[in-house]
Amino acid sequence: MRSCRRLLSELKLWTSGRSKWTRGLNEGLGGSGKAFLSTSSCPKVCIVGSGPAGFYTAQHLIKARQDVEVDIYERLPVPFGLVRFGVAPDHPEVKNVINTFTQTAKHSRCSFYGNVNVGKDVTVDELQGAYHAVVLSYGAEGNRRMGVPGEDLPGVYSAKDFVGWYNGLPSCRELKPDLSCETAVILGQGNVALDVARILLSPLDILKKTDITQPALEALAESRVQKVLIVGRRGPMQVACTIKELREMVNLPGTRPEMVTADFEGVSEALKDVPRPRKRLTELLLKTALDAPGDKELERRRNAAKVWGFRFYRSPTEILADPGRSRTAGIRLAVNRLEGSGDAARAVLTGEVEDVSCGLVISSIGYKSLPIDPAVPFDSHRAVMPNSVGRVHQAPGLYCSGWLKTGPTGVIATTMNNSFDTARSLLEDMDSGALDVSPAKPGSQEVSSLLEKRGVRPVTFSDWEKIDSLETRRGDACGKPREKLLSVEEMLKVARA
Amino acid sequence: MAAAAAARSSMGLTLRFSRVIPDCRSCPLYRLKGCVDNTAGSQRRGSFDSLRTINRHLQTSICLSQAEEGSSNAEDPDDVVNVVYIDRSGKRIPVKAKVGDNILYLAHKHGIDLEGACEASLACSTCHVYVNSAHLDKLPEPEEREDDMLDMAPMLQENSRLGCQIILTPDLDGIELTLPKVTRNFYVDGHVPKPH
Repeated sequence: MRSCRRLLSELKLWTSGRSKWTRGLNEGLGGSGKAFLSTSSCPKVCIVGSGPAGFYTAQHLIKARQDVEVDIYERLPVPFGLVRFGVAPDHPEVKNVINTFTQTAKHSRCSFYGNVNVGKDVTVDELQGAYHAVVLSYGAEGNRRMGVPGEDLPGVYSAKDFVGWYNGLPSCRELKPDLSCETAVILGQGNVALDVARILLSPLDILKKTDITQPALEALAESRVQKVLIVGRRGPMQVACTIKELREMVNLPGTRPEMVTADFEGVSEALKDVPRPRKRLTELLLKTALDAPGDKELERRRNAAKVWGFRFYRSPTEILADPGRSRTAGIRLAVNRLEGSGDAARAVLTGEVEDVSCGLVISSIGYKSLPIDPAVPFDSHRAVMPNSVGRVHQAPGLYCSGWLKTGPTGVIATTMNNSFDTARSLLEDMDSGALDVSPAKPGSQEVSSLLEKRGVRPVTFSDWEKIDSLETRRGDACGKPREKLLSVEEMLKVARA
Repeated sequence: MAAAAAARSSMGLTLRFSRVIPDCRSCPLYRLKGCVDNTAGSQRRGSFDSLRTINRHLQTSICLSQAEEGSSNAEDPDDVVNVVYIDRSGKRIPVKAKVGDNILYLAHKHGIDLEGACEASLACSTCHVYVNSAHLDKLPEPEEREDDMLDMAPMLQENSRLGCQIILTPDLDGIELTLPKVTRNFYVDGHVPKPH
């Protein structure tokens, strides 16, 4: 801080004139009020979770005030959250945002502490004691359950776990999904459902050049899945996926679309007054499902061995087992009709059911946030932290951003805006005095000493860079952007080397 | 405070002095080598590097560098394209660019708050801008992939484009790009989810 103080005194000299300078020096640096930073107590902010929400919140804070110091805590030894573990392997451009996050992490006023489990290794209360403000941005690691009989049979997986498995999330290492069946049914029609369908049906030639994990690549090479149904309880105008992902399915080599014409009755008439994004998406869906393809496309479809399709107006009621009750053999779907239209349309049971044979069921109906610390407010009904523009209710000094704040939907851009909003709230509170940043706080010094006493060794950002470098080198050897380390133990070993 | 005001207007920031990242090049102390950080060889990118020698500049929207090779100090007057950015607070920031410049990276070069998460690979919508009507039609039609990504941008309008896809040509002289105001809604398109 000494160079800072010296420079400020130089600036004061220059701006205020000599006599004022002398006075200013005698009065001390606080002389001009809030305009000059207090060198003894910089505002210190702690962010829990190093995914897009955590990094975008950090970025905004660091950029807005020259005195804020931000520490990011992460449970895993590796940063970046869903950018590393959620974004599909064949979407590498989406992961470019890691470069922005890396710059933030390497900023002098930002520090990364991996391998720290907030809630277990250190409590939120202890963090609030050490920092002026704590921002919780640990996302949604839980899963919405279908709540139907047979959900726990072998052959049924949550999309969250399946994606974690092919993306190398350590906790999903042992998933070993059974891909020996011909038909897979995915419940849910959002982008995650489409990612899963695409990974299940993509030609190996494409997958082997991505950062998909080696075990997943090997399992997919042995896969016998030929047909993927993507099932939703409402209709074509309510699909939650976006057009880029739909286009990728339509253009996926070696596959052809197959849908039920009747599902699309009345859809094109309803398109007139619909906003552009929904209109373009639905038009593509209609074209894919109903239009007769041109010669070239017809030929391509004839040669395609694999099939995919949306199925609408169906809700799961039971997973059916084989006679020995040892594995999934099918799924019983209730038939729905729609009440209302647009986003508010509701699926209503008709009483009919339909059984579909399949050996693989993947439920992609939503992630879910979990409470991290019993002392922290949590709305267990909506599975989010109760908040107003990122300020956690009844918890001064506590903020939240990302999916924990708004629920588990949206792409990186959504989370970016969301995180900037939270950062703005925090900055407003600092400015207004609602958040008192004048008393000095110990920040990471205190937390580091607590962690040391508890035998926890954080992983620094340069430790992560050793992991990053090894993964990239391993990837180079086999034509992939990286070959990920698959266990926390391996990661820590490399980090400590 | 004259230099600070100059710094503010050149950076397009309307914050108080304590938050301004001063442009050291305009400071008399710096020029007279009276500033503690103006040591020989410390001429680095990003003027606020001079404030703290251990600071590293962020290359994204807060990069202030104008000293990069081939930058906006165009030598050939025919190459100059005048661009105006209108930031989220409504402030107009005129910039002298050149033919071939990319609107996203030009914004970064001038410290304008335009994110480019996917680094111009048409995989996000964070560089969404509104183009003024006089120049909108002079731009080539967006390719399908750009339209697909625009569909995800909040507050989409008829004159929305992705900044990373706009490359300056001479007939775009005078183009004005407005940064959309970030909303406080949950959803990318302003939609509020209705439970079903």
